[in-house]
Amino acid sequence: MTRFLLRKAVGMLGVLLVLSLVVYAVFYIAPGDPAQLACGEKCSPAQVAQVRERLGLDAPVYLQYAHFLQGLVAGRDFSAGTGLLHCQAPCLGISYRSGEQVTDMIAARLPVTASLALGAMVVWLILGVGTGLLSALRRGRLSERLLTALTLAGNSVPVFVIGLVLLIVFCAQLQWLPFPTYVPLTEDPQQWFWGLLLPWISLALIESAKYARLTRSSMLETLADDHIRTFRAYGVSERHLVTRHALRGALTPVIALTAMDLGALFGSAVLTESLFGLPGLGKLLVSSVSLIDLPTVVGLTLVTGFFVVLANVIADVLYAVSDRRVVLT
Amino acid sequence: MAPQEPRAGEAPAASPAAGGRQVWRRLLARRTVLAAGLVIVLLALIAAAAPLLSAIEGQDPTSFHNDLLDSAAGGVPTGSFGGVSAEHWLGVEPGTGRDVFARLVHGARISLLVAVGATLVQVTIGVLLGLAAGLGSRLLDQLIGNTTEVMLALPSLVFAISLMAIVPSDFPRPLLLTLVIGLLGWGGTSRLVRAQTLSLKQLDYVAAARLAGAGRWRIARRELLPSLAAPVITYAAVLLPSNVIGEAGLSFLGVGVKPPTSSWGQMLSGATTWFRADPMYVLLPSALLFATVLAFTVLGDAVRTELDPRAASRLRVGTARGADGPTADGSGGPTPTGPGPSNAAEEATA
Repeated sequence: MTRFLLRKAVGMLGVLLVLSLVVYAVFYIAPGDPAQLACGEKCSPAQVAQVRERLGLDAPVYLQYAHFLQGLVAGRDFSAGTGLLHCQAPCLGISYRSGEQVTDMIAARLPVTASLALGAMVVWLILGVGTGLLSALRRGRLSERLLTALTLAGNSVPVFVIGLVLLIVFCAQLQWLPFPTYVPLTEDPQQWFWGLLLPWISLALIESAKYARLTRSSMLETLADDHIRTFRAYGVSERHLVTRHALRGALTPVIALTAMDLGALFGSAVLTESLFGLPGLGKLLVSSVSLIDLPTVVGLTLVTGFFVVLANVIADVLYAVSDRRVVLT
Repeated sequence: MAPQEPRAGEAPAASPAAGGRQVWRRLLARRTVLAAGLVIVLLALIAAAAPLLSAIEGQDPTSFHNDLLDSAAGGVPTGSFGGVSAEHWLGVEPGTGRDVFARLVHGARISLLVAVGATLVQVTIGVLLGLAAGLGSRLLDQLIGNTTEVMLALPSLVFAISLMAIVPSDFPRPLLLTLVIGLLGWGGTSRLVRAQTLSLKQLDYVAAARLAGAGRWRIARRELLPSLAAPVITYAAVLLPSNVIGEAGLSFLGVGVKPPTSSWGQMLSGATTWFRADPMYVLLPSALLFATVLAFTVLGDAVRTELDPRAASRLRVGTARGADGPTADGSGGPTPTGPGPSNAAEEATA
């Protein structure tokens, strides 16, 4: 287990290093002059030169990248006007627009995206695993075809379309729910819940059909396993069989998929946050992209890449923990 | 479970040459597939005839009609259902008064062109790199393999958003969308083709070709590509609808096509402002987007079931295990995928 984790960690670092190199190369070398971008359209050449020196953009590219990496691991200093501005590790640079540290900007918005993603996960697990189990236990053609149809439909709706339709129905026509807003959980749990309910449902509806189908097929497969048949032959009750013996094995792929999806959820989160105006990482990305705020864009890309890679490792580990037949090597 | 699949009642015997036609016939025999196909054909016709259609209506997608807007209400179209009238069949856009019907049919062009184009880019790059990795030296294989892993680990939407934003705005946006979606999405195809190539390479007929003196390029083209067609088509059929969604998403976020060019996603980007006052304007592009993606998804799902019998039996696992064996054998024969390659496909997609 330890060896496996170590190996995975090394692989993860490798992927992240390559990712950072690609991101850095694409954004800092390809599209023209970052110093000009940082300074703005109306800067004089002298001002641009000043900015270039201040941000360390006058060094050769490989050195810049080395500084960037150094900032990530050990922090770095920027000269800001009169004094030095220390940027603590993990330092992702300083925003061209607001002058804030990118790490701080990301940390401030992480709770919003985390609330959105984790809440949506709870909703889709309840909906998906619940219906999946139900339809597995009372198997029949109708429920199977219904689930297949729903999965296809769920795969076919972009999250912002579902969100818009929900907005029209529940906000505008029925007026059951207010327009979603973000209130921090620590401030007012109740408002946090109601404010995020529609975004959660929009995200979860798309995912839950997939989970229902996976749970169902996985449960049926497990119930057909030899060891379950043995239990049944010994006279273990059907109910006990399902809850005690089959569920664990049946949910293994569900757990692994959840971890993977959670890591990859950021894409849909960008769209959801943009639709509902939630001030999370996705909103930050869209706004910094429109302002061409390179350090923020690079930082966000790296952070999301980190979560995707991390989620893959967690999925592998969970797989092993919940299914003892899997041996990690 | 047997009557659900039309092919169960058919005679399993067919000559290998008839494989493609057989798949077609079986696909068309399903009502849902037929419906999905009709929707796609209709959409393609609408997209192709967009200027003609808006000319018949007597409108164009770009001219403003401020006289049709209620300026007191903030630019909401006057009249019911978003300003539907004899001149404007589906109403006008709130805020600008541009004709919704004309914008929708022109939007179909962008959605379809970008999605199909991006899929072609993804498949081309994926097949070429996958073949190169599978047939090339160990070093090349490692290089391509690692690049593919990084591509798959990329948060592609995030990357796409950023790329769309930094490319100068005088670059044609639809082409840029096609390239960005295409260049970011070839990882899956490449991995699939590599795995298939590695297992196909072991088969006797490829070895025979090599012994007969065929070079790598010839083996790739003449021996491998025909066998790769089925899994690649299957995978492309899954990529296509996700590319439609991808284009819509980027345009929705405001980094895709920019007005006055219209796309469904771009029409929806203004929707959050108008969903209360003019729900019709929001629902129309949503419905079209949904219909398009659903049609492509249904078709892709059916293609997968037909070309990869193992996928079909996996989906129905537990319901009728015994019955799947003979069915899979019967339809597995004529399709180009032998048992070896589809095993590799499973490993690659797992």
